[in-house]
Amino acid sequence: MIQLKVNGKQYEVDVPPDMPILWVIREKLGLTGTKFGCGAAQCGACTVHLDGQGIRSCISPVSRAIGKEIVTIEGLQASLSKPLMDAWLEIDVPQCGYCQTGQIMAAAILLRENNHPSDEDIDNAMSGNICRCGTYQRIRKAIHLAADIKRSAT
Amino acid sequence: MKQSGSISRRQFIRSTALTTGGLIIAFRVPAGIRKITALTESNLFMPNAFLRIGADDSVKILLSHCEMGQGIWTSLSMLIAEELDADWHKLQVEHAPADTAYYHTIYATQRTGGSSSLYSEFERYRKAGATARYLLVQAAANRWKVNSNECRTENGYVISGDKNVRYGELVQEASALPVPADVPLKDPANWKIIGKQKIKKLDSPEKINGKAVFGMDIQIAGMLTAIVSRVPVSGASITKYDEAAAMAVPGVRQLVKIPTGIAVLADDFWAAKKGRDALKVQWDLGEASHINSDSLLTELRARADKGGIAATDVGNPEEMFAKSKYKLETEYYQPFLAQAPMEPLNCTVQLSADKCEIWTGTQTQTDDQRAASQITGLPINKVFIHTCFLGGSFGRRNITRSDFVREAVEIAKATGKVVKTVWTREDDIQGGMYRPAFLHRFKVGLDANGMPVSWNQISVGQSVMTGGPFEKVAVINGVDMFSIEGMHTAPFVKNIKDQKIELNTPTWPVLIDNWRAVGLSHTIFAMESLINEMAHAVKKDPVDYRRMLYKDAPRLLGVLNLAAEKSNWGTPLPKGRGKGIAAYEAVASYVALVAEVSVSKDGSVKVHKVTCAVDCGLAVHPDGVVAQMEGSIGYGLSTALYSEITFKNGYVQQKNFYNYPILRIHEMPEVNTFIVPSNEKPGGIGEASVGQMMPAVTNAIFAATGKRIRNLPIKKVNTGTA
Ligand code: FES
Ligand code: FES
Repeated sequence: MIQLKVNGKQYEVDVPPDMPILWVIREKLGLTGTKFGCGAAQCGACTVHLDGQGIRSCISPVSRAIGKEIVTIEGLQASLSKPLMDAWLEIDVPQCGYCQTGQIMAAAILLRENNHPSDEDIDNAMSGNICRCGTYQRIRKAIHLAADIKRSAT
Repeated sequence: MKQSGSISRRQFIRSTALTTGGLIIAFRVPAGIRKITALTESNLFMPNAFLRIGADDSVKILLSHCEMGQGIWTSLSMLIAEELDADWHKLQVEHAPADTAYYHTIYATQRTGGSSSLYSEFERYRKAGATARYLLVQAAANRWKVNSNECRTENGYVISGDKNVRYGELVQEASALPVPADVPLKDPANWKIIGKQKIKKLDSPEKINGKAVFGMDIQIAGMLTAIVSRVPVSGASITKYDEAAAMAVPGVRQLVKIPTGIAVLADDFWAAKKGRDALKVQWDLGEASHINSDSLLTELRARADKGGIAATDVGNPEEMFAKSKYKLETEYYQPFLAQAPMEPLNCTVQLSADKCEIWTGTQTQTDDQRAASQITGLPINKVFIHTCFLGGSFGRRNITRSDFVREAVEIAKATGKVVKTVWTREDDIQGGMYRPAFLHRFKVGLDANGMPVSWNQISVGQSVMTGGPFEKVAVINGVDMFSIEGMHTAPFVKNIKDQKIELNTPTWPVLIDNWRAVGLSHTIFAMESLINEMAHAVKKDPVDYRRMLYKDAPRLLGVLNLAAEKSNWGTPLPKGRGKGIAAYEAVASYVALVAEVSVSKDGSVKVHKVTCAVDCGLAVHPDGVVAQMEGSIGYGLSTALYSEITFKNGYVQQKNFYNYPILRIHEMPEVNTFIVPSNEKPGGIGEASVGQMMPAVTNAIFAATGKRIRNLPIKKVNTGTA
């Protein structure tokens, strides 16, 4: 049995320690907002926060999360999720939508660290996240807008 | 004289409609829906298959088409909401079940494809809304004992004088009224939703917060996950595999041989994946073991030398070529491509003695039903398809043989288990159904003005339509019209008096199928590269030259001029930069792109800006059109720069995004899109601008460096001496 803390809740799961966090949260905890895109740390669809760090959950064994806290799209704190989601809706970013939760989880780290990201900051923070539908231009706009919203709220 | 090859996408649509019995407007409410809602039927108004209005004022729209990012969740709903005068904020949208009531108005099966959803439903969905509104007004008029023409509707209310009533309150009375055979539609001057800028996508909120349900998210009690070992070629057989090693993986429950390979069933994805890895299947690829990308171009060329079946053959192009002032001989090569949708394929099947339930993201519900029925022996109406959101498709979920659904049903049948197949990214990249590799070779003669007067062409590549549902209309006298889509019908080709366009169609065992824009995904690159080479040969500016070529194609000329104007074509650029243009008709729309690029010393290409002009007729959801242009430009750029599936001894060499790269955010150009205001019939959008992007980039590279790219992908420009 492995003890896990996810989105503020305590769980006990019966899985092998090498099972990636992605499959534990999706299949055992039913938190399906985090997506499987490549399984090889290439696309960022599976991005979650582990003790506040953005990680690729598809290649991170669940053993790595013992004693730490996982945050998924379902549990992202409002101070980050609200400006991001408002901006994402205003710019109407999603197409198929499959990559978008991973994009937002990556953008949340950027926004937490950087109140006023430049285009270059956005490139650096977001180039690990693939959007096959090509919504990049809107992702960029939405991050700038989210930063504006966040700055005016504080 | 022979002109078998004169079919365009527009004509294809028309001829498909003819062979399938014409326009179908089915306003029957499917039995399945009645059953689902039987308990609340008295609280529900169901004027037709597409709409349910609840006593709680909810307005539920059932989509016959599937949402895969192209935006029909919103644009089709706009059509209904407009005519219904519904409260936009109360709309709920669902994928319809599989049922004949939802057959495509042209294709006569339930199908999403060819960028046809919006224009094929433009009448039917508006009628569905208008019919409901008519009945609600009638019900209110009866209640108030006034004439229905004294009533108007607004935002979910019927209003007459100082009286008003919510739609939800009229549900029972409206349900009792006879449904009229036909109702008038709004005057477009009164539209409040169609064509308006401010409409936001209805599926965005759930796609942002993680609640949207994709096929991958389906979980059913007792379900096992299946991962299959398979190869992307036909005629292969399994020679050896390690059953014991796979079964030894904790959580692995069962192995089963199916027509496509061996499936490993396990408690969860991770166990199934480990089991499949342990299986170490060895294949005898048969014929396919001779497929090598190294020799592919040589083989395509050898076939081009041999000739093929004539799609057009008029006059004497050889003689005319000899007499021409300018002569061009050139060829363009494009490789096999994977669609690589973001969500890997998956399909969940629950099979019992009397029914088969399927959850998946699919573009082909009727084909899937037929495949499942054939495998299980159940009647078609006992196969239930629950269409989930598609995490992208680009044709991969529009497969003539329903490959991934068929496979999941086979596994469910063979094991008796509730099963969800999951494809890994490696399975996706190596799983076939590729855009076929193509070679287009030209020998073109131009007159003193630069107009083509002699056209000799041979195209070589596998046929996508052969063996599929559209073979009868798309493959004419052995010529798959999609292999030369938009070439023989181009405005400057179709009237050339001396021309011969031939097609050589190999029947290789590589599994190929639909890929975004189908034929146009490779034909536009060849044509728009060639046009630039023609312009260069006669020393004309590429835009001016196209103005001459497109002089009798006003809508194409319109987007060409708009893109040139908005991109400041002709104004000097910083040193090292170049602009390239490409303009083409695609899926009943017209798109011109201008790309601005620079090439660094090491040959890597940077696309800085793209200006897009689009004439898609009436733009029902303008921001959705803009979004599709942006996305397709990214998709096209990815293809131009990187995309290539290669084979070695029959095996695919690419595995995952590290060697099948996809464009990333820092590589995305700034895109500015301009929509031509138009009241023409709506055209397609999802595939309208992919094909133009590749030549816009390579033409810009030529402008910047003088290097002509004739083979894709570009990867890097050879910046050494030519
Ligand atoms: S699924 Fe983890 S990075 Fe792609
Ligand atoms: S929205 Fe489809 S992959 Fe990003």
